[in-house]
Amino acid sequence: MVVAFVIHTVCPIGALAPGESRVLYSRVFGPDEALFQGGQRLQLNAEERRLLSVEKLAVVARQVQSAVSLHREASGHPPVETLPGEEALALQDADTGVLRLRCGDPYLQEVSALWLAVNCLSFVILCEPHENLLLAEGTLRNLARHCLEHLHMLGQGSEILLKSSRVDVLLSRLLPHGQLVFLNHRFAQSLEKDMAAYMHK
Amino acid sequence: MYSNGTESLIKQAREIQESELQKFYSRLIKLLQGKEHGHETIDSLQRLRLIVFATKYTRTLPPELHKSLLSLLSSPVEQLQVLSSAVLRETLPLAAQAENYNQDGNSQLNTHAAAVLLAQLLRGLDNRPSEGPTTHLLPHTLPIVNSILTHSPESLTEDNVTLLSKKLVDWLRYASTTQGGGASSGGFFTGSRSRQPLPIAELDGTVSGDFFTVLCVGQGFTEDQWMNVYSFSMLRHWLLTFHSVPGGTIADTANRLQLSLSLSHSISNVCFYSNTNDNCCSMSRTCFFELEPVTMATAQLVLRGQSSSPPLATCCFADDRSEMDGSVVSVVSVTSSSSRLLPPKERLREKAFQYCQRLVEQSDRKAQKKTDGDLQKACLVEAVCILDSVCVEDPSFVYRVFPCIKALFGRLSSDLSFARVLLPVAQFYLNHGEMAAVDCDCVWNLVLGRFPAELFNDPFLAHELLRFLRLNLENVQLRVPQYIRHFPNLLKFLAWDSPAVIDDFVDLLPSMVTSGTALELLHTLLDLPCLSATLLLQHRSMCLPISDPGGRNLASVNAFRNPSFRGLFLFLLRGEAGAGDTIDRLSTLLELLSEAADWPRVVQCAQTVPILLHIFFNAVVNVADRTLLGQVLLVTLERSSLLLNSPKYITEIHRVFSRQLINLCKLHPSLVIDQSHELLEFAGATSNVYNKQEVYTHVVLVLGEYLSVSYDSRCSTKLITSCFETLEAVLFEITSSAPHPGTGCPAPRAITTLMSALAKLASRSHDLIPRVSLLLSKLRNVSSGGSVSWCEDDEDLDSVLTLGEELCALLKMPGVAQSVLNPPAHVTAPRWHQDTNVAMPLQLRALTRLTQAHASHAQHTPTSPSPHTST
Repeated sequence: MVVAFVIHTVCPIGALAPGESRVLYSRVFGPDEALFQGGQRLQLNAEERRLLSVEKLAVVARQVQSAVSLHREASGHPPVETLPGEEALALQDADTGVLRLRCGDPYLQEVSALWLAVNCLSFVILCEPHENLLLAEGTLRNLARHCLEHLHMLGQGSEILLKSSRVDVLLSRLLPHGQLVFLNHRFAQSLEKDMAAYMHK
Repeated sequence: MYSNGTESLIKQAREIQESELQKFYSRLIKLLQGKEHGHETIDSLQRLRLIVFATKYTRTLPPELHKSLLSLLSSPVEQLQVLSSAVLRETLPLAAQAENYNQDGNSQLNTHAAAVLLAQLLRGLDNRPSEGPTTHLLPHTLPIVNSILTHSPESLTEDNVTLLSKKLVDWLRYASTTQGGGASSGGFFTGSRSRQPLPIAELDGTVSGDFFTVLCVGQGFTEDQWMNVYSFSMLRHWLLTFHSVPGGTIADTANRLQLSLSLSHSISNVCFYSNTNDNCCSMSRTCFFELEPVTMATAQLVLRGQSSSPPLATCCFADDRSEMDGSVVSVVSVTSSSSRLLPPKERLREKAFQYCQRLVEQSDRKAQKKTDGDLQKACLVEAVCILDSVCVEDPSFVYRVFPCIKALFGRLSSDLSFARVLLPVAQFYLNHGEMAAVDCDCVWNLVLGRFPAELFNDPFLAHELLRFLRLNLENVQLRVPQYIRHFPNLLKFLAWDSPAVIDDFVDLLPSMVTSGTALELLHTLLDLPCLSATLLLQHRSMCLPISDPGGRNLASVNAFRNPSFRGLFLFLLRGEAGAGDTIDRLSTLLELLSEAADWPRVVQCAQTVPILLHIFFNAVVNVADRTLLGQVLLVTLERSSLLLNSPKYITEIHRVFSRQLINLCKLHPSLVIDQSHELLEFAGATSNVYNKQEVYTHVVLVLGEYLSVSYDSRCSTKLITSCFETLEAVLFEITSSAPHPGTGCPAPRAITTLMSALAKLASRSHDLIPRVSLLLSKLRNVSSGGSVSWCEDDEDLDSVLTLGEELCALLKMPGVAQSVLNPPAHVTAPRWHQDTNVAMPLQLRALTRLTQAHASHAQHTPTSPSPHTST
């Protein structure tokens, strides 16, 4: 099962301290693990649990951001700025990697964070480490492509905030309830038509 | 892209005024009361979503709005469903439910409620979904079930498991083999069925001759073909959760699974949003079972869908319908005809085996699309994992599965682009190779040999390979003798991408430290930044033409291509240990690579070495005897001057060496006697004071501390004297002349450590006391002028002189000096400072009080006592 899907920033933002990242979209699948800690039920109310969950995602975003910048620094070539319309190219040049988040840092169980960074955005799938990472990687790429295209994320607009329901719809088809799905290109096409129909409404 | 506009939107959403927010809420409530929800409603809902999402604090919606949103979940417009669900996820449930949520004994209720929901969901599987809002329902049922399975497996009753096992068999093995719907139809299941059905095709375009799998294509798909996809997607998890346990209950199974898979996700109790508007009332009132609102909506749709439609023909419980298919029956299918007699769970296992075997066959076909090629690999990974779990559950499968796995290995092992597929294959060999008496050497030579050597720059392979080793460490150490020998190869992952894999090596490194590998491993860790640079050179020389302008001017690139240095680089790039701990011409190599010291990748790698060294030293003391530890100690002395030329790196490594030198000697004080010759040689070289200050200081410290007959009876007066003379000469030299231009002054700490060490040695051999007193008083006389050439800072000089005076005074009473300078070991124990009966602090306080009382009586001056007098 996929634990969460997150889109966040990976470049410095004026309003934030260096190393901080802005989470632009997040979707947590399954239940809130903050309910239990080591078999004990935590006495947290719903509000505290949401806060905890948001903070955990913020921790993940920071860790991924640092992984992305270290990766870019090591590879030695700065990210190429791509323009709207060049989604395929942007995706082809995207930096990608995977990060092991240890038990308790920040999730109770170990989690693998697959990331794909395009310009100053990063798309992240958090999944249980025994998941099929090849499939997760393909799903992440597919999701990122659709997000870039349907939310015009290479442009200057703010559709990621103003039309975020589109991401919900993409997830409901490509990653229903956090389930990674084996889709060959025909199945994918069929879903794409369905999603395109939604986007044009 | 992230623009200022986006940032300002987040800011606005966060800082919205309460009054403005209330106005917005009431406007939205009005909008939602209308019959038609137009563009404005959708836009407002999206804004509401932004407002609740942008802050980490939870916003509470007015109850009326909350209720409207709940009813929107079952709106026929998907956009409204999605938006209301998204908002509800981010807000608190209504107050009444929140109370319920906190009630005790809730989890019991959850299980029952979950069972109700599940039963409804599963009943929905039997029914053909009607047109309209239920269109997207059926495919989502299995992901929902899988979600329940992950988080609350005990919710499923034995009956549920049986039912689902049967369904999964139907979908996996007996989905239609003709194409569904027209390509033009779009969407799920809405295609026209009037056309002549065409047979499904394989990924290479040929007509498929066997049952349907996720690797089959057509112009459109039927419902059961979609269900085939979702069934296979959840199959591995299902098999792992509900394997047959003779006599065991499902709860036992679930518990076992939680242990074995370390799926620590627990049962969750998120409140289920209640829906007040229709026939689901009774259920939602009792359901405080976790599921997100959209799931609830789906569940409701299932409930509604069930009444209207006849049972789906393809979903009835036929015992075994392979004969009904009418299609060509493959070898795989033929072997299975006896399976109809099996109980459902075993039958599912049998069908899973057949499905996976077919996927392995199908993956050999050349896919026409690149994405399908990737999918084939992902399917192979899944298939091998499923076959592995089938064999773990029922070892009798091992003999049936192994030929398939072996053939797969034979087919893929020469193609490195399948490396990630071969990892589950390796896992299979590791788990079952012994039972099947198969030779696994070729697998390990590939996985530990070629993979790291040639794919060190693949971050996903690195992650998966290291994870494989981590999780199977015990098994690997037991069954894979090659593992330890391949450590130089495995370290290439670390040298290439240190930040990403350092965590794995923190766990793995201790297993690589053995008495046989310790010395070579230590050298290899110290040379890790060199390996990083060499891998870059290798990578560059393979990827870029020789005439590449970027590399032409780099001396290291030329050196890498120079045949006379080839051997040096090849040593760094070696795949296996055992060729020798290090090389003679290491200094040449370090010189060749000195320009690499500031390459970002090399810098990142160098930053991880200190951590790994600490882990190495902590592990080596557990596996090595004193002889080996002595050699380790010598390597640290030797290598302190043989490191990649990066001042920061050298400082860090020296710091680790110093710390570990103390640890080693504390653990085995005899090491100091064993290695006294080399330690004295090191301590006698004046240049070490200047360029290895940290290490030098600590060597002098251990000499002064542990060169004592109380630690080792072999410690003779002669040895103490010789050590004394060595240190005396150095102290004299550095305090009597100006340092060489460019070297700077010796560190005051080195000087004071030398002084203390000399005093300690003298206290053990009283003949030496006059000599040390003489040296110390000389020091005082020389510096009486106020400034000296060997110490620039006046405060430092003061400290040095004060220590000199204290030591001189102490040495005047040799008996006291001996007990103060050679305190028994137990004074460092915490008890000495905590136990009030023996406590040093108590004695000190008493003394302080006495001296202070005396001072105030004698002087009646308001000056406070200096720290020296108070102690």
